[in-house]
Amino acid sequence: MSENVASGIAAPRPGLPGLVDDWSSDKQTYHVPWGKAMMWIFLVSDTFIFSCFLIGYMTVRMSTAEPWPLPSEVFALSFFGSEPIPLILIAIMTFILITSSGTMALAVNYGYRKDKRMAAILMLVTAAFGASFVGMQVFEWSKLIAEGVRPWGNPWGAPQFGSVFFMVTGFHGLHVTAGVIYLCIVARKVIRGDYDKKGYEIVEITGLYWHFVDLVWVFIFAFFYLW
Amino acid sequence: MAYVPLADQDHEHELHDPHTFITKYVWSQDHKVIAIQYGGTAILVGLVALGLSVMMRLQLGFPDTFSLIDPSSYYQAVTMHGMIMVVYLLTALFLGGFGNYLIPLMCGARDMVFPFLNMLSFWFYLLSVLILLSSFFVTGGPTGAGWTLYPPQTITPGTPGHETGILLMLISLGVFIVAFTMGGLNYVTTVLQARSRGLTMMRLPLSVWGILTATVLGLFAFPALLVSAIMMTFDLMLGTSFFMPAIMAAGEQLDYNGGSPILFQHLFWFFGHPEVYIVALPAFGLVSDVLSTHARKNIFGYRMMVWAIVAIGGLSFVVWAHHMYVSGMNPYFGFFFATTTLIIAVPTALKVYNWVLTLWEGDIRLNTPMLFAIGFIFTFIHGGLTGLFLGNVVIDLPLSDTYFVVAHFHMVMGVSPVLVVFAALYHWYPKMTGKMMNETLGKLHFWCTFLGTYAIYLPMHYLGFLGVPRRYYAMGSTDFIPESAQALNANITLAALFVATAQVLFFINVFWSLKNGKPSGGNPWGATTLEWQTPDTPPKHGNWGKDLPVVHRWAYDYSVPGYPQDFIPQNVAGDFGVSDDHDHDDAPAKHA
Repeated sequence: MSENVASGIAAPRPGLPGLVDDWSSDKQTYHVPWGKAMMWIFLVSDTFIFSCFLIGYMTVRMSTAEPWPLPSEVFALSFFGSEPIPLILIAIMTFILITSSGTMALAVNYGYRKDKRMAAILMLVTAAFGASFVGMQVFEWSKLIAEGVRPWGNPWGAPQFGSVFFMVTGFHGLHVTAGVIYLCIVARKVIRGDYDKKGYEIVEITGLYWHFVDLVWVFIFAFFYLW
Repeated sequence: MAYVPLADQDHEHELHDPHTFITKYVWSQDHKVIAIQYGGTAILVGLVALGLSVMMRLQLGFPDTFSLIDPSSYYQAVTMHGMIMVVYLLTALFLGGFGNYLIPLMCGARDMVFPFLNMLSFWFYLLSVLILLSSFFVTGGPTGAGWTLYPPQTITPGTPGHETGILLMLISLGVFIVAFTMGGLNYVTTVLQARSRGLTMMRLPLSVWGILTATVLGLFAFPALLVSAIMMTFDLMLGTSFFMPAIMAAGEQLDYNGGSPILFQHLFWFFGHPEVYIVALPAFGLVSDVLSTHARKNIFGYRMMVWAIVAIGGLSFVVWAHHMYVSGMNPYFGFFFATTTLIIAVPTALKVYNWVLTLWEGDIRLNTPMLFAIGFIFTFIHGGLTGLFLGNVVIDLPLSDTYFVVAHFHMVMGVSPVLVVFAALYHWYPKMTGKMMNETLGKLHFWCTFLGTYAIYLPMHYLGFLGVPRRYYAMGSTDFIPESAQALNANITLAALFVATAQVLFFINVFWSLKNGKPSGGNPWGATTLEWQTPDTPPKHGNWGKDLPVVHRWAYDYSVPGYPQDFIPQNVAGDFGVSDDHDHDDAPAKHA
């Protein structure tokens, strides 16, 4: 590019040196909008928060002297008097959240095609999935509270079980709730045509956040419910 | 849609100049005003912490003479002094203050990428400071658990401030982290994405590299503090047992069991050690620019300096448990963390060599900022060397929790960054105000501060070898501590009072120069970096007038032979016999 020649920057080299060249390139390091770069950095930072939560959880699980309650028994539901099915609610919640990632990805695609209506509808569908996830979480919380689980103790064993459960799922639930609100706001602006000039990267940025929240849930599911 | 980088965008439509007093100075979104708001707040709250240290010193130096504080309030003073100095003064001043002021100017940007978020960052910071200070006025006062807030004693009854103070501290930290995250995302995105045309990463001044890396560290380290603060709040308010083992207090069994106090220490220091470098790396960056400018020489080994900053930043995440050798963790950890700690000394030492070699054969101008910068090299070497002692497990064990540790960390992350703060304030004050500061007052301030801090902290090393424990309200009649230790303590107190008083010189200078200082012009030091090339001084809203600067060279073209001036600003085009090719960065410029 002529401006690069003017400021004395050579063309990028292949291989590993090329990586360094890209990073130290003219003006901007990543060829993405500011908001997207910022969202990525925020998500890395947020990853550290959830990592600390999960590592803290694993440590107290090892340090506590009492036995850890069995998640497959605690999180079991019976329908119409059937045998309790382990983790059925959690499985449904996980399925819903992962499905919502799919609708979000479709919304991003429609956004870039400037199909405002479909993009907004799919974002609202995503938000609805998210809201139903939070709703089921509320159900799960109230069921456990009714069974006597408290942050400071529970009927089955280590008191840290309840502490970790409410803290980690609560913090994740807050993220989902924030995501639902964020999705609704952006969907409204999309419909209104606020982004006709600026471009529809914002849908993808919202999507990044949403996929991140889903991904975190996968780790919570694996480490808290399946372990 | 093709994305157009900032430097190529048309900016006519973006400059909405604020007009009313409120939008210009109070709810301002201009990074320069936010920087001064951040810096002013940080310095004010720092003065509170300075006052607390004076009270502690009076008690330690003359235990039976003053009845200013009792043992409880002594612990509260220790705690608040530490927390304020580390988090609310130094972190906020370097990143919120200097970061905000210098990043857009040095990167040739008009502002931070998200000015509104930047403004929110300051107001959240102010809120966190107010919450923190409010803990002085609640029942039981602020927490007295030590700035490390170790459980279980943070929570157990008997610790001062266990009623409300500790809760306010945790909330304040949480709000601070939110504020820092909003600011930090801005700083990183601005440096990565909003540089001026021609300004590659490897042409950035080291100040920007230091602040950028420190901000990244903050974004990755503060989450650990946030999580530990949340967990501790739950232990405190909800009766969970994350950090609390089964424990007796005042003869009664508390309702806790099964928690892990060591977990808190790990989380805290996973934040706490990077925090040391969050404070140190911006200082490294700023001091590099001050040294290079006033020595009229390019920084020695620019590329090495950049990689050293990045390496220190990376390594700072794997050394945290060297704060925990005596905590009762697995002794094999100690071996690992001692090794990483000693490895981190390599890039750090490299930086010190490069600063000294920058001075070598330079055309040194011993004005106030330069004096502070050179003073920093002394105190930093000093504090760094004692760090090598403490990084080794066997030497740390006897010295742990003695005044040797106090001397070490005050030298390395108290005095050294503060000297850089002063160097930077004296250096950039002309750009912020358009006035020069008074040199005589400035030099007096430097010598009082520099010599005074040595008078305070050198004897403390000796007290540490004697075994004088830190955080004690009074020694009483302890057999192994000789009488003379008390005489030394009294001397330290006198020196501390002297240094604290000497800071008045600085404030007089700041306010006197605002009105009576000589007009500085745009570039009084003859510096190369972009912030000195603004069309107006102090820079107006939008920084650059109509056109953004175009950068043609790295930040350190000083004393280039054959060029009429002894510096070439970054936005001057042309090849004057110097190559911007980085293979030659390390070669010192030949000059007479």
